[in-house]
Amino acid sequence: MFKTIVCVKAVPDPKRASEIKIDPHTKTLTRANVPLVLNQLDKHAMEAALELKSEVGGEITAVSMGPPPAAAVLKECLAMGADQGILLSDRAFGGADAYATAYTLARGIEKIGSPDLVLCGMASSDGSTEWVAPELGVFLGLPVVTGVKKIDESDGKWWQIEAHIDNGHRLLKVELPAVLAITRELNTPRNISFSGIIKARKKEIATWDVKALGVPESQLGLAGSPTIISDLRVSESKRKVEILEGTREEKAEKLVQKLAAAGML
Amino acid sequence: MSGSTGPVWVFAEQNEGSVLPVSFELIGQAKKLADELGTSLEVVFLGDAVRDQVQVLFAAGADRVYLGEDPGLKYYQPEMYTEIIVKLAKEHHPEIFLLGSTACGKELAPLVAARLETGLTAHCIDLTLDEEKQLEQIIPAYGGLISIVCPEKRPQMATVAKGVFPKPDTTEHREGELVLLEISDLKQQRIQLIKVVHEEERGVPLESAATVVAGGAGAQGPEGWAQIAGLADELGAALGSTRPPVDEGWVELDRMIGQSGKMIAPELYIGVGVSGELQHMVGIAGAKLMVAVNSEPKAPIFEQVDVGIVDDLQEFLPVLIKKIKEYKTEVA
Repeated sequence: MFKTIVCVKAVPDPKRASEIKIDPHTKTLTRANVPLVLNQLDKHAMEAALELKSEVGGEITAVSMGPPPAAAVLKECLAMGADQGILLSDRAFGGADAYATAYTLARGIEKIGSPDLVLCGMASSDGSTEWVAPELGVFLGLPVVTGVKKIDESDGKWWQIEAHIDNGHRLLKVELPAVLAITRELNTPRNISFSGIIKARKKEIATWDVKALGVPESQLGLAGSPTIISDLRVSESKRKVEILEGTREEKAEKLVQKLAAAGML
Repeated sequence: MSGSTGPVWVFAEQNEGSVLPVSFELIGQAKKLADELGTSLEVVFLGDAVRDQVQVLFAAGADRVYLGEDPGLKYYQPEMYTEIIVKLAKEHHPEIFLLGSTACGKELAPLVAARLETGLTAHCIDLTLDEEKQLEQIIPAYGGLISIVCPEKRPQMATVAKGVFPKPDTTEHREGELVLLEISDLKQQRIQLIKVVHEEERGVPLESAATVVAGGAGAQGPEGWAQIAGLADELGAALGSTRPPVDEGWVELDRMIGQSGKMIAPELYIGVGVSGELQHMVGIAGAKLMVAVNSEPKAPIFEQVDVGIVDDLQEFLPVLIKKIKEYKTEVA
């Protein structure tokens, strides 16, 4: 049976992410009550898994590493059509950089069993590093393609992939099992149906902790992260803003005058 | 040259045989770091028939160039490129290793970092050395700047976008050491490249435009976005974007300005419905005149521009475009 694993992340709602700020006095993050949502690009990865399942069959497992509330985004994956959801959650996983995150996900995926395909969104809206998919590939010993725009799965074990490069694209064949990092050009994620929500409600999200993974804590979370944050500081702008006042017409008129004076019209 | 500290490395990326500008910019900054560390600057350069580019790498500051030349290396090939670099790094123990935030660099850097079991910082906007001579890797986040260090693992790896560091001064006849790499027994195993297709950029290019109109999440949908694009058209400006419109699919990824997109310095920047997240703002910090239109008076962008207009963009833009048209008719 064809086994697909989709790695997803619960991220602070991007519409409200700017509420998380560095406190200039304590130099720590002020965590406003920003809700966690399913990372947008991971929805495209889920959609890709579902479309492939309708062609090649098999089973989809959604996996996430995160705090207990991240179970909600796995429920969302189940509602989209995933067959099962697994949350890797333990205090020891906290403070992980991309390296430790990819390592933890790799050990989780190995516990699920040998996948035929691992899909990730190309980047998360909060970290935006794009590192997790390639590092995951290394830790799983699988080939990796990032920037995936098209997938042609018609040719057995060697899938044809169109992937993004600067100013163009590359066409390649990759041998399965493989890790693919998905861009939004690949598909349009489906809306969740009412029956999907009902089905998801009946399923449990399994939670695996450090013990379940059987990995020494020194390789996980902050302890297993090669990089650390050494300083936080507030950035100060050197510009002084002039707010244009008046009616809408007056404001537009004033702006046109300013642009003209700067020689930009 | 190098004492106990390993060399500083830069991966020089080439496209159709020419070294990319971002690689030269990295060589410039890496040279400063190498001088400060009292070590050498070494460049890893892979391609096909690219030996004519080696002298420009020396001229830009490379003390040594590791050159891997083979028809199979003409284009970025993940397995071969990773294998060559990992093997070389295990022999020479670089202290620092920098790559451009290109599509290739962003895939290659984490493949190499994970193989070398070391840390990697994405899209830095500055690289300096701290008191302990650790590489301080600066990234914008949460409305401020975050310093990241990699205390124990080596090399300290980072990617940097084009335009962050200036082009280095070159010394035309500067000499360096060329080391040719043995690469005959390598081949791609599980990824076969079929072809590379270059696409023409649509619309006014961001990097060379005098005026840039950038839209953000405040566009709220394709209609609002079309109005922002309309303003760009009226001004003959390049259309830029923050991340949310790209994620929503209103605009292509190559239009994204900022830390993980393009770093530009136009004469005029107009941000419409842009909140002012630092990840975006660092990409246009070098603009001469900056204007913001946003309905939210407390939006952080109003602390980072020269001229601000607090208004609903869907109401304001049609009036502004009308006024610009009127002005143009008067002048004509």
